[in-house]
Amino acid sequence: MKKDLVIIGGGPAGMAAAVAAYEAGVRDILILERDNALGGILRQCIHNGFGLHRFGEELTGPEYAYRYEKMVHELGIPYMLDTMVIEVSPDKVVTAMNRENGIFTIQAGAVILAMGCRERPKGALNIAGTRPAGIFTAGTAQKFVNMKGYMPGREVVILGSGDIGLIMARRMTLEGAKVKAVCELMPYSGGLARNIEQCLNDFNIPLRLSHTVVNIHGKDRLEGVTIARVDENRRPIKESEEYIPCDTLLLSCGLIPENELTKGAGIKLDRVTGGASVNGERETDIEGIFACGNVLHVHDLVDYVSEESAIAGRAAAKYIFGDSKKEISIALKTDGKVRYTVPQRLTEACDTSVYFRVADVYRDAKIVVRDGDRVIISKKKQRLAPAEMEKVELAKDVIESLSGGELTFSIEM
Amino acid sequence: MFDFAVIGAGVVGGMVARELTRYTDSVCILEKGSDVALGATRANSAIVHAGFDAAVGSLKARLNVLGSKMMAEVCADLGVKYKNNGSLVVGFNDDDEQTLKELCERGKINGVDGVSVICRDEILSIEPNIGDKVTVALYAPTGAIVCPYELCMAAVGNAMDNGAILRTKFEVKSIEKISEGYKLSSDTDSVEARYVINCAGVYSDEVAKMIGDDSFTVRPRRGEYMLLDREVGDHISHTVFRCPSKMGKGVLVSPTVDGNLLVGPTAEDIDDKENTATTAEGLAKVRALAAEQVARIDFSKVITSFTGLRASGSTGDFIIGMPTDRFVNVAAIESPGLSSAPAIAEYVVSLLRENGYEASPRSDFNGTRRPMHFFSDLSIEEKNELIKVRPEYAHVICRCETITEGEILDAIRTNPRPTDVDGVKRRTRASMGRCQGGFCTPYIIDLLAREMGVDYTAVTKFGGKSYINFGKTK
Amino acid sequence: MSKERLLTCIVCPRGCQMRVLLSDEGKVESVEGNFCKRGVTYANDECTNPKRTVTSTVRCKSGEVVSVKTDRTVPKGMMFEVMAEINGTVAEDNLKIGDVIIENVCNTGANVVATSNTK
Repeated sequence: MKKDLVIIGGGPAGMAAAVAAYEAGVRDILILERDNALGGILRQCIHNGFGLHRFGEELTGPEYAYRYEKMVHELGIPYMLDTMVIEVSPDKVVTAMNRENGIFTIQAGAVILAMGCRERPKGALNIAGTRPAGIFTAGTAQKFVNMKGYMPGREVVILGSGDIGLIMARRMTLEGAKVKAVCELMPYSGGLARNIEQCLNDFNIPLRLSHTVVNIHGKDRLEGVTIARVDENRRPIKESEEYIPCDTLLLSCGLIPENELTKGAGIKLDRVTGGASVNGERETDIEGIFACGNVLHVHDLVDYVSEESAIAGRAAAKYIFGDSKKEISIALKTDGKVRYTVPQRLTEACDTSVYFRVADVYRDAKIVVRDGDRVIISKKKQRLAPAEMEKVELAKDVIESLSGGELTFSIEM
Repeated sequence: MFDFAVIGAGVVGGMVARELTRYTDSVCILEKGSDVALGATRANSAIVHAGFDAAVGSLKARLNVLGSKMMAEVCADLGVKYKNNGSLVVGFNDDDEQTLKELCERGKINGVDGVSVICRDEILSIEPNIGDKVTVALYAPTGAIVCPYELCMAAVGNAMDNGAILRTKFEVKSIEKISEGYKLSSDTDSVEARYVINCAGVYSDEVAKMIGDDSFTVRPRRGEYMLLDREVGDHISHTVFRCPSKMGKGVLVSPTVDGNLLVGPTAEDIDDKENTATTAEGLAKVRALAAEQVARIDFSKVITSFTGLRASGSTGDFIIGMPTDRFVNVAAIESPGLSSAPAIAEYVVSLLRENGYEASPRSDFNGTRRPMHFFSDLSIEEKNELIKVRPEYAHVICRCETITEGEILDAIRTNPRPTDVDGVKRRTRASMGRCQGGFCTPYIIDLLAREMGVDYTAVTKFGGKSYINFGKTK
Repeated sequence: MSKERLLTCIVCPRGCQMRVLLSDEGKVESVEGNFCKRGVTYANDECTNPKRTVTSTVRCKSGEVVSVKTDRTVPKGMMFEVMAEINGTVAEDNLKIGDVIIENVCNTGANVVATSNTK
């Protein structure tokens, strides 16, 4: 099989990329989706709050996904469901499997990686204690409750204040569970302020900042957890230990871009984001292979995923039509307070949004972008936090006027 | 009345039961858990030791060296993954070098092939990531790795294919002598057998007491481990032990047959035979020791940690014998128990024969079994032929390990049948990858509930009251 | 004497931290810290009659669950009443996004509508 464009993943990123590529003139497109429907993780995110940027109205996850699914249908963009991609080669041969076709290969003209991310599991956290049932990532619990209609817990402690954990605190409470605490290792929340307000404060669920779970108790089903305050080095303080009886521990301790296929293709990854290192067009270091959405870096908002995926879709179209330009080579560097940028480099002089996250909470600080010693952007911010992705716009003429081969992004007080 | 009742479905019980079915199909395996391989077999170092460690003349030494030599063939017959990766015992100073030379000599006396003491340059040429301060090592080319629970499941399954019966959730509470044998009772049920083989792991002393044998005790020795993602599984190729010294025994760092990296265990004698909790201190110790033996281990790639309990006996050696008529203890099978298991099974039969058991090999015994991982071994063409007939082999359930619905259904339908999520996990590796079941657990529950004809909420993580869901949302 | 109240705006993901001054009668006198005018509306509502959208699922005749939401906000204090009615309802099968499952739930003026399509 041959295809001009193969898109791996039929979630919000893959669908937005497909629509953008179609609108840019590509017709021979195939979306490969491993689940039994388009929509990706949005299908289980039944809460509202999506789409304000993209559609100017507040939608739930399934509604947002359906907007794109409808576009895919209306444009007649082909997709395969229940189809797992098992390999992408550097020369863009995609190997996949499904019930109808068995194991098959597609020679793609261009590939867009849109596989999304997964949650950090318990093993990675290395909590001491027993191994009972009742410990789930927040997303697994979300699937049980929202998709399957089952209750995985009655008395719940949540470790990590990522948005999915906060959303699940409210969701479990509304379904009749008692959420006893949300523990966050860091001195600040990992989720959005609005979610602290409407998911925890609305229900008087305590957020225990600088706290972690140090021990798990129970033989068959979880019976309780020991939590403790942590010192400034994030080490638990023995004297502060506290036992909380509960039958369920939900983990919301971060998301990891799912880049096994990317690694398999030999694509260079960014150590900080865990996703591919890309240029402004979201092209990886292998020409014609693009990445977008949470597989590239974890976003706070699906609206930004759609925006980024449209960039990748349009760029893939340009590549397919032979219009790609590589006229400049500018590396985007960071000072450590800015943890990473996406894109990581610029190869075309055009208006470019640079997304990034900061390493800590900073108040009354400035985002500063320098070309050598020359400050080209300085933007005041009341508050910067790791949970909130930041954006800086680089205009075409600014990029054209750069003297050096790199730009440095920093946070200054 | 069965010919044999084997108490305990760990790797030793499984291998013994399989060996017995060479002679009779009247074998009953009694297991207190809801599945096989739940004790020390589930959580240990997964090592086939070369055999230089055990004291000269001990039963451990004899059965280890023999078992190690048998292991490759047994694994091939049972379709169990096995890799002869060789092992290194690393030392850090002159004292260690002296100890390693003694170990080397002991190995030669025990009958271990090819052992030698090698210097740092030689170590680096075969193991570039060896610890920075390692100066010397004992190299044993016959060291190997195997998956202990896979071996156990295959052995029990093969025994069942040859007529043995597995009774799970049967905890032997009393044993009564009856004419021609024994009556073994649980709280609710009983089984009669002419011979009893006690393979009850950490509980084998308590089972022995049921027939009045209190000549030994078994204490659990806790060992904590960490398992790392397959991404770093090729960090080393050999199993790396530390030279025993005043500072202790160290830990091992080893690849596994499934391509992960395993580090551990600690060694701590405890009293609670069910205490498989991990501790922050234990895991920190594993980390520190491992980092000395092997350089640059990326501990951010840990996907799970666990604790195993070894059955540590009061005599220091394996305790295999017949304290009374028709009753065999196979007790205190601590390290190198896995390595010795095939030899232990044969040894038990020879012991029985010496004590009057008479039987000739069955002509209909089939000691081979289709590998549980047969699908992943097929070529793409072969896979596609199979998918045409059974399309579920093309439906991926576990994304991290690429395990299909077909493989999971095979596992659910193959002896010994799993009845819970962890049972499926151990048989197929589904949910054993980097996401640890986050995505696939809901689907595995679907398949188990459907195949067993039970409600979704009745499916447990590992039997007992390990429920995953409490009921419907509304 | 005015009273001060600190609020986190939940209208959009920006989550503005707002300082609201209230009169003795509880009326909003001023709002600071809001990035857009929706913050003022939110502050007014939140200080006088707080409201929330409720999202949940409803069990269908087929046994499956379908995701739902209230098509407008309901009084914050009535969320659990709304949930009780949602939990007591069995929906038809073959639902489309926007199909009304419960009209005027708990007399709030809001309908409970499907947010996904069922098969």
